[in-house]
Amino acid sequence: MTINILAFGIVKEMVGNVSIGLPVNDIISAVDMRAELEQQFPRLKELKSFMIAVNGNYATPDTVIHAGDEVAIIPPVSGG
Amino acid sequence: MIDLKISNEPLHIQSCVDWVMADASGGIDVFIGTVRNITKGKKVVRLEFEAYESMALSEMGKIAEEVKTKWPVNKILIHHRVGILKVGEVPVVIAVSAAHRNAAFDACRYTIDTLKQTVPIWKKEVFEDGEEWVAAHP
Repeated sequence: MTINILAFGIVKEMVGNVSIGLPVNDIISAVDMRAELEQQFPRLKELKSFMIAVNGNYATPDTVIHAGDEVAIIPPVSGG
Repeated sequence: MIDLKISNEPLHIQSCVDWVMADASGGIDVFIGTVRNITKGKKVVRLEFEAYESMALSEMGKIAEEVKTKWPVNKILIHHRVGILKVGEVPVVIAVSAAHRNAAFDACRYTIDTLKQTVPIWKKEVFEDGEEWVAAHP
């Protein structure tokens, strides 16, 4: 399946797209998604850190991601 | 009552204050963020703000709900602007009203402090000789 991943801020500049197709099996945990992203996009390791959000909520390492979920890479926030 | 907004138009500070007024409130605390002209000795040309809008509103809502459980506030408003802002412009307004001032002060401070940690909004500083996403790199 392909999961489209929203990228924001510096990540959008690093990766160059607003969404990234990522071929995975039926479901994937957030921690495995993180590893997959770091492997596909090594530049992510330049960041101080990043979070993964699933359907608008911050994921924990064992959050399960399904096809059709809205997934986002959240680099360090700096609002306000 | 809770009022949350993300907008690429200038924020209206007086409207925010007017909204947060309540007959049951004896005090209002307002935090206004402004674009500063210098960061680490470098002159700022502009800031660019970007938001993951749906999640940012959701996280702002979580902060507002949390504030209401922690302090006896009557109204809380969180407005954040996105897009290009120049020095002196206002990216964020937080306004809280409560019966007594202690709750208003504490709730307002908690709101901006927590927004800066959890709300998916990002700012890029643009200098004369380069640009940098704040806090992105170690």
